[in-house]
Amino acid sequence: METLVVFPNPAPPELARTLDLAGYRWKAMGSADEATRNEPPEGWSGAVVMADTDPEAAWAFSRALRKREPSIGSLIVLISGAQLEDLALRDELFDDFCLTPFHPRELEARLKHLFWDRGGGARPEMVDYGPLSLNLETYQASIANTPLDLTYMEYELLKFLAQNPGKVFTREMLLSRVWGYDYYGGARTVDVHIRRLRAKMGEEHANLIQTVRSVGYRFGQGRWGT
Amino acid sequence: MNEQQRNYVMRTVEERGVRLVRLWFTDVLGVLKSFAISPAELENALEDGMTFDGSSIDGFSRVQESDVLAVPDATTFEVLPWGDGKAAEARVFCDIHNLDGTPFDGDPRQVLRRNLEAARKHGFDFFVAPDVEFFYVAPPVKGQAPQLLDEAGFFDLTTNDVSSNLRKQTIRTLEAMSIPVGGSFHEDAPSQHEIDLRHTDALTMADSVMTLRLIVKEVAAAQGVHATFMPKPLEGVQGSGMHLHMSLFRGEENAFYDADDAYNLSEVAKRFMAGLLVHAAEITAVTNQTVNSYKRLVPGFEAPVHISWARNNRSGLIRVPIPKRGKSMSTRIEYRSPDAACNPYLAFSVLLAAGLRGIERGYELPAEAGANLFEMSDVQLAALGIDQLPQSLSDALRVMESSELVADALGDRLFGWFLRNKRREWRDYKTHVSAFELDRYLRAL
Repeated sequence: METLVVFPNPAPPELARTLDLAGYRWKAMGSADEATRNEPPEGWSGAVVMADTDPEAAWAFSRALRKREPSIGSLIVLISGAQLEDLALRDELFDDFCLTPFHPRELEARLKHLFWDRGGGARPEMVDYGPLSLNLETYQASIANTPLDLTYMEYELLKFLAQNPGKVFTREMLLSRVWGYDYYGGARTVDVHIRRLRAKMGEEHANLIQTVRSVGYRFGQGRWGT
Repeated sequence: MNEQQRNYVMRTVEERGVRLVRLWFTDVLGVLKSFAISPAELENALEDGMTFDGSSIDGFSRVQESDVLAVPDATTFEVLPWGDGKAAEARVFCDIHNLDGTPFDGDPRQVLRRNLEAARKHGFDFFVAPDVEFFYVAPPVKGQAPQLLDEAGFFDLTTNDVSSNLRKQTIRTLEAMSIPVGGSFHEDAPSQHEIDLRHTDALTMADSVMTLRLIVKEVAAAQGVHATFMPKPLEGVQGSGMHLHMSLFRGEENAFYDADDAYNLSEVAKRFMAGLLVHAAEITAVTNQTVNSYKRLVPGFEAPVHISWARNNRSGLIRVPIPKRGKSMSTRIEYRSPDAACNPYLAFSVLLAAGLRGIERGYELPAEAGANLFEMSDVQLAALGIDQLPQSLSDALRVMESSELVADALGDRLFGWFLRNKRREWRDYKTHVSAFELDRYLRAL
């Protein structure tokens, strides 16, 4: 799961507890600069901004995250009832809001909905490569917008390859990474599944999975072309 | 069962709008059985299996212990490619268990699992690639000879169009069901066709053969054609076999390959072949399980009659195809007697058991049979120590009955049931007075 950025630093204890109980990974940051310096490699997946104690700093924080390139995914702002008017003319700065003191279950439900819908911690993860698209949440794969009907192991193999495009894997590596130890049929099983995947993807897309002679397989183009 | 696999199945059912899930399993005789459940029941079925009355199925259970459990093997879950998009159907193969969760010994799939496990103890994975032959005929009418598709008059379209379209569509459907096709062509006999599958681990391949037989029949039936795997539907032309290409792998290595051997065959391969030859007669009732099977195993039609092996001689029981240079992966042996009317789970089981026995006990491979065996006299054959395969189902059953190897491979209960059932088939056949007898004897005697 990706990481949420939370303002302010430290996060109020009731907010920290709610996020922890809901299973989010998060880090509290005191300013937009701090958030940028400490950004994880995969980027912040969303932001939770507490604006009831220092509204000016909170809105500045939100604005900075919004103006970045790329902009922060989804942002929820927590305000007191007295601040409702502040929302006017700030629509571009937040995706949802919640009144403080918040009810933990309400906040959790809002977070869940927000990050499901708009990206972020619990959003359906997609793996896209050329015409191929995998929805990791629903386990569905499609090629050129046509659904692919795959067996579980075919899906797992394709997912692993598509998540690591351009890398060459030996059969043994694929076997241990994709099948784990609970497999049947040994290393040749990998060839069998590759052959099936290619057939299901159709001739025009079969070369998405390339055979690297006497080594193994690679998904997509290698760094140096082929 | 793995939670991820279960989620995968449940989500796919939801996302693809699957309305019906067919639970597939195979009876002792190799007939595909199915019962359908709704998606609402599926989660339960994946968790605990589905109870059903096994006594309705041949060989499954005695009346007093009739309930058994069908436990879906989630790795075999697939959306069926021939359903309509709005109300898709899916299938999943099942393993049959007793209510206490132990493997049910009447289930052929469990029998094969057990034999594959024995091979794994030696470090071997068993790979099989079958060449499946069949005929397209007009929908059969009882008492009439089969009417071939290639003979003009039956179809409005020219026959080539019909059968090549059928085959093309069959292959497309097979590939959509994760069954890779190596090749397909019109066979020697009129209206006879062959589909070769690419090698796969034996359990998946047995499932694939079951699926293939259904698909070949379904695709044909949709065009008003009947597809038959009957071993010898027509006198005087070739029968339909299911040659099995077999190899053992040890990890990534083909255990049958040896670069230094004159035949490129390893010691493992030679002993495996020796095991097959020594036990060939004992396992024939399983690989060729119908009365009709033995009408295919006669001289002159490229079907084996003698228990022998050779590299390029197609009259022997085992052929060793010569792989392209450096293709160690495709080193394999081809066992030529089985027909596609067999139960693939049981056939693979006894073949593997015979081969492993050869490896375990270090059997010596006899010399290659050089000449065309069909042209040799019985005396010459006897001098070479070459025996014949059983001549009839009755012969085959007699040899099988005294085989400790086959009893071990199948398990006592299934072994006993198979013998009883097939003896009954032979008795029914024996009481039949055939056209041959009437033509030959009615006037003359």
